[in-house]
Amino acid sequence: MTDVPFTDASSGPARPARTGSLLEADARTRRRNAAEARFRLYGIAAVGVGLFFLAALLYAIFSNGIGAFQQTGYTLQVEFREDVLDKTGNRDLEDIKSVKTFAYSPLLRAAMLREIETHGIDTPLADAKVTGFSSPLDKLFSDGARSTLRDMVLADPSLIGQTVAVRILASSRVDGYLKGRVSRESIERDKNLDAVHLDLIDKLRDAGVATKGFNLAFITGPDASDARPEQAGLGVAMLGSLYMMIVVLLLSLPIGVAASIYLEEFAPQNRFTDIIEVNISNLAAVPSIVFGILGLAVFIQFVHLPQSAPLVGGLVLSLMTLPTIIISTRASLKAVPPSIRDAALGVGASKMQAVFHHVLPLAMPGILTGTIIGLAQALGETAPLLLIGMVGFIASNYPDGAISGFLAPNSAMPAQIYEWAKRADPAFYERAWGGIIILLLFLMTMNIIAIILRRRFERRW
Amino acid sequence: MSFAKLTASALAIAAVSATAAAARDNVQVAGSSTVLPYASIVAEAFGENFDFPTPVVESGGSSAGLKRFCEGVGETSIDIANASRPIKDKEIETCKANGVSDIIEVRIGYDGIVFASQLNGPAFTAFTPSDLFKALAAELPVDGKMVANTASTWADANPELPAVDIAAFIPGTKHGTREVFEEKVLIEGCKATGALEAMVGMGMDEKDAEKACKAVRTDGKSVDIDGDYTETLARIDTNPNGVGVFGLAFYENNTDKLKVATMSGIAPSTETIASGEYPVSRPLFFYIKKAHIGVIPGLKEFAEFFVSDEMAGPDGPLAAYGLVSDPELAATQAKVANEETMSN
Repeated sequence: MTDVPFTDASSGPARPARTGSLLEADARTRRRNAAEARFRLYGIAAVGVGLFFLAALLYAIFSNGIGAFQQTGYTLQVEFREDVLDKTGNRDLEDIKSVKTFAYSPLLRAAMLREIETHGIDTPLADAKVTGFSSPLDKLFSDGARSTLRDMVLADPSLIGQTVAVRILASSRVDGYLKGRVSRESIERDKNLDAVHLDLIDKLRDAGVATKGFNLAFITGPDASDARPEQAGLGVAMLGSLYMMIVVLLLSLPIGVAASIYLEEFAPQNRFTDIIEVNISNLAAVPSIVFGILGLAVFIQFVHLPQSAPLVGGLVLSLMTLPTIIISTRASLKAVPPSIRDAALGVGASKMQAVFHHVLPLAMPGILTGTIIGLAQALGETAPLLLIGMVGFIASNYPDGAISGFLAPNSAMPAQIYEWAKRADPAFYERAWGGIIILLLFLMTMNIIAIILRRRFERRW
Repeated sequence: MSFAKLTASALAIAAVSATAAAARDNVQVAGSSTVLPYASIVAEAFGENFDFPTPVVESGGSSAGLKRFCEGVGETSIDIANASRPIKDKEIETCKANGVSDIIEVRIGYDGIVFASQLNGPAFTAFTPSDLFKALAAELPVDGKMVANTASTWADANPELPAVDIAAFIPGTKHGTREVFEEKVLIEGCKATGALEAMVGMGMDEKDAEKACKAVRTDGKSVDIDGDYTETLARIDTNPNGVGVFGLAFYENNTDKLKVATMSGIAPSTETIASGEYPVSRPLFFYIKKAHIGVIPGLKEFAEFFVSDEMAGPDGPLAAYGLVSDPELAATQAKVANEETMSN
C-alpha cells in the first residue's frame, strides 16, 4: 500500500524517471536553486540600496545641519554708559526708550576694545576709525547684539552706569569662520570681513573671549531677517505648526471617526454609500497642492479668513488628513470581530451602545495610530501652505496670546526650512539643514508613539 | 456625506473665527522677493526700536503684491506693496476701481544685476551687451534675412571670450529681473551690434524689431530659471562653463563660489551703480496706501524709518546687505513725511 503513491508520483507522463542519486542535484534542481539564490541576492541588494541611500541622507543632513546647534559668541564686559543711554539721568523709561539701537554700537565697540587691551592682542582694528554710523569693528558683532543690550536696559534700567558681563552673538561670518564654513581665501573676495578680522578672531578664540556654545535660540527663537542669520530660530514656526496640528486634531479626529462609524456600522449598503467610499479612497490620493488651492479659494477668498493664519493652514491640512483617518478608522472598526457586536446586542444593548461601549474602545489603538500617522504627514507638508501665504513669510513675531495664535500670521516648520534654503547667505543653508533635523525628530517621535500604542494596546483575534 | 459635513463644519468654524478677527495693529507688507530681505531687515529693526509690533512681511512677487495691494481699502488688505519695478498704469486703474486712489510711491534705492560664473571656471571677466546679445539672441539678421543664431561657443560671439560652450542661466519671464535684462542688455546689444537697424532696414517696424531683439534662443544654450538665485547658483555649481544672472546682493553674499564679470568695462559695485556708470541696474520701490495712514498704527513711522539715513543711507544696514543707496534719499524722505501721493 505504501508504495502506491510513490509510483504515482514518479511515473507521471511529463517527468522522466530520475536516474541519478538523490543527494546529487540534477541540472533542473540546480537551476531552480540558482534562481532562488539570485532572487534572494536581488532582495538583499534592494534592501542594501535603500539602506545606503538612508545612510547617505542621514549623513548629509547631520553633517550639514549639526552646525546650526552651535553658535559663536563673545563674553564681553559691557559698560552701560549713562551719558549715552540716559542723558537726563532721571531714569525715565520713555527717555530710555527714545535711545535707538544704533546708539548702543559705541558700547559694544568699547567693550570689544577693552577685551583686546586686557588680553594684549595686537591688531590694527584697535585704532579703527568710526565713519558715519559704522566702524570696521561692527562686522564682528551680530546686528542683533545692539538690541540685546537695549532690551536688557529696558527690562532693568538700573543697569545704566554699571559694567556687566554679557554674552554677545558674533556675526554669521565670524561664526562661519570658526565652524570652517568661511575660509581665508573666500574672505579676500568678500566685503564682509577682512583678514585683520580673522587674525583678531583667532586671538580672541585663543584668549577664550570668542566661544562656541549650544544654540538654544535656534530651537526656541523667532526667525530673523536676511541680515542676521546668526539670530534665526525655528521657535515661532514650531508654534505655527503646533497650532495647525491642534486644528487638524480637533477637526479631523471627531469628523473622521464619526464618518467612519456611521459608514461602517450604520449606513445601509447602497449605491450612494459606495460612491462615498470610492471618493474617500480617491481623496486620499489627491495631491496635497490641490487642497492648497481649495483652501485659497474657499477659506481665504470666499470666507475672507486672514492670509498666513495657522487656522487656515490647519483647515487645509485637515482636508488632507481626513481620508487617511477615515480609512484607518474603518479598517480598525472592521477588525473588531462581529461576535463582540452580537454579544452586546444579545444582552440587550442598543446598536449605539454596542458601538460606543464595545466596538469603539477595542478599535481605539488602531484609530489613534492612524491619526498620529496622519498628523505626522500633515506636519511635514509644505505644498498646500505655499498657496495660503505661510511660505515666504518672515515668522518673527510670537503670537500675543494662546487664542490669537490661531489667526496671527505665522509660518510652519517645513515652510520655514524652505524659506531658509532660499535665502542668499550660506549661513541660512546650515540652518535649513538644522531645521530638518528638528523636523525629523518630531516625525520620529510621533511615529514611535504610534508604534508603541499599536504594540501595547492592539488586540488580535 | 463626510465631505459635506466636513465642509459645513469647517465653514462654520471659519465664520465664527472671522468675526473674532479684531482690529489689526501691525503693518502688513507683501510683494517682490527682491525687496523682501530689505523690508524684513527694516521690519526687524522697527520692531526693536519702536513700541509698535514688528510689521508682517510676505513675499510672492511684485505683481502678486500689487494685486493684493489693489484689492481694496480696509483691515483685510495689505498696507504696503513691495515692487522691483514701477507700478503699471493698468494696476493703478485696478486700484482706483477698488477704491485705492491715493498711493504714495517710495523709491528705496537701486539693485544691480550682475553676470557671474563659477569661481574656478573659464575666464568670464568682461562682457558687453553686444556679446550677450550675439550669444543669446534667438535670431540674427544676416544678409537681409533673419537666421537662427549659430553661435555655439562664447568665442563665436566675441573672440576675446573663452571658447567654451554657451550655457547661460537667465531669470524666467515672471521675474522683474528679466525685464531689466531684456531692456538693459539685449536691446542695448541689439542696437550696438547694428542688428536693430538691420531689422528695421528689412522692413520690420520698430516694435517687432525690439521684440525680435528680446527673443532669447530656445535651443538649450540659454536656460530660463523660474526659481530664485539659489537655483541659478546650484546650476552654476554643477556647470563650470555656466554664466548666471544674479542680484548684486546675492553675489556679494556668495563671493566664495562666484566671480563677477564687468559690463562694458565697469565692475558692478554699489559705487558704480549709484553713480549710474554700471548700466544694468533698476530702482526698487514700495507703495503705501494713504488711506491706511492713521488707521493702522505705525504705518507712517515704518515708512519713514525705512527711508531714514539710519536704514537706507549709504552706511546703513540695507547698503551693507547690498542695496545701492539712492543719492536722492532726502527727497524721498520729504515725500514720505508729506504723504505726497502719485500724481495721476
